[in-house]
Amino acid sequence: MAKITMTVNGRQVSGQCDDRTLLVHFIRENLGLTGTHVGCDTSQCGTCVVHMDGKSVKSCSTLAAQAAGSDITTIEGLAANGELHPVQAAFKANHGLQCGFCTPGMVMTAVDMIRRHGGQLDEATVRAELEGNICRCTGYHNIVKSILAAAAEMGGARVAAE
Amino acid sequence: MYETHYHRASSIQDAVKLRQAAGEGKYLSGGMTLIPTMKQRLAAPSDLVDVRQVPEMKGISVSGRTVRIGAATTHFDVASSSELAALCPAISGLASHIGDPHVRHMGTIGGSIANNDPAADYPSAMLALDATIITDRREIAAGDFFTGLFETALEDGELVTAVTFEAPAKAGYQKFANPASRYAMTGVFVVRRDNGDVRVAVTGAGSNGVFRHEGIEAALSAQWSPDALANVTVDPSDLLSDIHADATYRANLVKVMAKRAVAAARAD
Ligand SMILES: Cc1cc2nc3c(=O)[nH]c(=O)nc-3n(C[C@H](O)[C@H](O)[C@H](O)COP(=O)(O)OP(=O)(O)OC[C@H]3O[C@@H](n4cnc5c(N)ncnc54)[C@H](O)[C@@H]3O)c2cc1C
Ligand code: FES
Ligand code: FES
Repeated sequence: MAKITMTVNGRQVSGQCDDRTLLVHFIRENLGLTGTHVGCDTSQCGTCVVHMDGKSVKSCSTLAAQAAGSDITTIEGLAANGELHPVQAAFKANHGLQCGFCTPGMVMTAVDMIRRHGGQLDEATVRAELEGNICRCTGYHNIVKSILAAAAEMGGARVAAE
Repeated sequence: MYETHYHRASSIQDAVKLRQAAGEGKYLSGGMTLIPTMKQRLAAPSDLVDVRQVPEMKGISVSGRTVRIGAATTHFDVASSSELAALCPAISGLASHIGDPHVRHMGTIGGSIANNDPAADYPSAMLALDATIITDRREIAAGDFFTGLFETALEDGELVTAVTFEAPAKAGYQKFANPASRYAMTGVFVVRRDNGDVRVAVTGAGSNGVFRHEGIEAALSAQWSPDALANVTVDPSDLLSDIHADATYRANLVKVMAKRAVAAARAD
């Protein structure tokens, strides 16, 4: 058992957990943030994706102890002031989800992808970047559409702001 | 996962000391191989010594044509270094096709080569580039470092701190990725030096891990072009057979990936 402190969605949090506790379990069980899912045992599905110090990581394959002292963003941390994040809004508008199980990971992956590529994303890049995220429902088509729509909107917004 | 004790190292010296003090300890870098293995209870280290945040083990430095990559440098950082892309785009491309973005944000070059998975990408680059593996206690030539399946020349508790190599005149890497895992079913890294020396290393195919192919090296030394490989034969007897591909199929892949790697190297 160790006491672990990190920043999650802008708030400093701490909790007691085993050294072997995975970050995803710390987030779900210690913090009660159940938007981050566990979909596999093989580090392949990406439903558990969160951002650690600004980069997407698989929280099922990271120890909570490794994340101690870091800055974590989960799906719960995206919407500001009750307004959906542009990526969340784009998934809603483009029917980018069906059962919704993969969606938190898809959205966190998309936010990271758009941050790195800005408005330069094209369909082939989005599909390649989704390598680590599996969806059993949508056939990916509307997920790709949602991400491209969000990238266009966010890229445009960024240009306007600069 | 079995119980374990986590320690975070602040320096190379600290890491080695923590590891020495631990019974059945292991270094932890990106964790992208070790944590999944521990989750499956295929590894049960008593202690983990986390080296991901050791400052001397992070980052890429270039001096002339000598490249040094710290062991704790992530695949993402290797893939996105513009300095490296200018000197040796083949290794940037290799790093950008490891796993997926999330794996690349955590996984490190030191972890990959210390693990020496027979289907991992980096071992082929290290061998073909004739890289030197630097540890807390010595320097090891890549040719002596990779000794078998998941086997390296590392002693118990020895820590990889960096790798260095001279950027070659030309280099190319191509892999036939396993459609599910994206590991190399066969990957070939080719290097040509200014003096005409050629080194070719093959990953994903050898039943004893990464290896150099002398027949392909000789053919490419004589003529640096994909066509030079038309009459080269690749012996399947030392190659892997599994549910994805048998040895004969892999033997053909070695040749096809080598041709593509030369074409990619000539285009850069
Ligand atoms: C979904 C998925 C897909 C992947 N696809 C690919 C792929 O396409 N190609 C590929 O090559 N790899 C792939 N990998 C593996 C990935 O590249 C790992 O990052 C890499 O193999 C291990 O690096 P790590 O930093 O994560 O090491 P860790 O998992 O932390 O450690 C691996 C081993 O190395 C030891 N070790 C770590 N650092 C050091 C050091 N500095 N000195 C001595 N020993 C050390 C550890 O004790 C452990 O035994 C994939 C992994 C996943 C989860
Ligand atoms: S739960 Fe993390 S990759 Fe599947
Ligand atoms: S929407 Fe059901 S798994 Fe993706």
